[in-house]
Amino acid sequence: MYIEIEELAKEFGSSRALHPVSLSIPSGALIALLGPSGSGKTTLLRILGGLEFPTSGRVLFDGKDATGLSVQERRAGFVFQHYALFKHMTVFENIAYGLRARKRRERPTEAEIGRRVNRLLDLIQLPDIGARYTSQLSGGQRQRVALARALAIEPRMLLLDEPFGALDAKVRKELRQGLRDIHDTTGLTTIFVTHDQEEAMELADLVVVMSMGRIEQVGRPADIRARPASTFVREFTMT
Amino acid sequence: MSDTAMTPPLGVTTEPLLARRLLICTVIVLISVLLFAPLIAVFSEALSQGAGAAIQSLASSDARSAIRLTLIVATIAVPLNAAFGIAAAWAITKFDFRGKAFLITLIDLPFSVSPVVAGLALVLLFGANSTFGAWLVAHDLKIVFAFPGIVLATMFVTFPFVARELIPVMIEQGKAEEEAALTLGATGWRAFFTVTLPNIRWALLYGVLLCNARAMGEFGAVAVISGKIRGQTTTMPIMIEMLYNEYLSVAAFSLAAVLALLALLTLILKSVLEWRYSALLAATRRH
Repeated sequence: MYIEIEELAKEFGSSRALHPVSLSIPSGALIALLGPSGSGKTTLLRILGGLEFPTSGRVLFDGKDATGLSVQERRAGFVFQHYALFKHMTVFENIAYGLRARKRRERPTEAEIGRRVNRLLDLIQLPDIGARYTSQLSGGQRQRVALARALAIEPRMLLLDEPFGALDAKVRKELRQGLRDIHDTTGLTTIFVTHDQEEAMELADLVVVMSMGRIEQVGRPADIRARPASTFVREFTMT
Repeated sequence: MSDTAMTPPLGVTTEPLLARRLLICTVIVLISVLLFAPLIAVFSEALSQGAGAAIQSLASSDARSAIRLTLIVATIAVPLNAAFGIAAAWAITKFDFRGKAFLITLIDLPFSVSPVVAGLALVLLFGANSTFGAWLVAHDLKIVFAFPGIVLATMFVTFPFVARELIPVMIEQGKAEEEAALTLGATGWRAFFTVTLPNIRWALLYGVLLCNARAMGEFGAVAVISGKIRGQTTTMPIMIEMLYNEYLSVAAFSLAAVLALLALLTLILKSVLEWRYSALLAATRRH
């Protein structure tokens, strides 16, 4: 699914989180929203997921206006910064949640839910953890379960808020590859938010550098490195 | 988490043995005097003329009606306040809106206002001397000195308990899990019942138990608004006071013992539930 963002702006009370920004995201791309805290990258991601609504501007999915679509109608697989796994449910129930939440006639049978959850557990390479509670998992395992839960609803896109932020350096490197693999297998348009320029440059096809609620530059990692559009971009991508 | 807290490494408790013993003894004495002695006194006074006399006094129609009234009032007030408390805590913790601080203060109001004042306020508002009260009387709706007034007074006094228990828990939990449920396609109601409610169930249970204990034990506000009509608007605490003032100490203390037992029962219920689900609690609380 390709996404177009037209003159999107967001205000919280009197403060501007997002100045009018425009952006085109090609179908199947892996995009990084890169910027320091307060740059508006998470706000942009949450607007795409339907968790916030813009003050002005439009969002189009596959050319159709999606600005007013509710969060449920968007079918965006969302991975939260601290994963937001359901603590009182097992890993299996966490992943099955989206399937059980469907309307009765669209809901898969219990056997089908079981098959799909197990297939997702295989995909994240944790086939045996279905019966555990999330408190019994390591940070890296939790992140992968959150990814599987988001994929279970057969999303039209994948949105990840600092997916590696809560992990130590070694696990972070492993899971970067994991996300790349899952993206390549599913072919989903994937957008992740990060403040780590190395992560963005290494993982993404296209990097969107943001600062103070504005898009500073959009480009392939090599192009941004070679031709930074502003002093901010040069300094931020150097460190 | 609790493992390390329960078995401190050697050397942490460095106070001399005598000091430790002394502190422990002080605590035991204080707890005995403040908590156990009054409870034992109530029961021993109730049984001072034998169990037969105690049971006989409880079998009187006035005592039975007082017990019945207290239970019915709690049965109405507690679920309503649980629902209102959840709604208030939900609104305060999951949404940002103007006047939030004022709403929190308002929820706390029953804690800061004396129950007697609350009762008087209700009498003034619904009594025959006010415009609203006159209208009620004209339409044959009795609130003051009647059952609805007792329920209103009890609800007012016990309103903060559930919300106060829930608000800190819900603030700590944030709203990410609810948002996750919504992105997975759940409706708001489904997210509430499958995510929010399970996450707050222990705080909710605790709030409900406290609310219930207070609802059954409320004296001041109910004393003012009930008019103390014997056999009709006397709840257990009010009946106890009346009996005591009439020097019927066995009857008074028997009823007091029943009230204490009801409170103990709720505490036991809570312990049983906690014990029953302790394994699940341990698995879900570690985070």
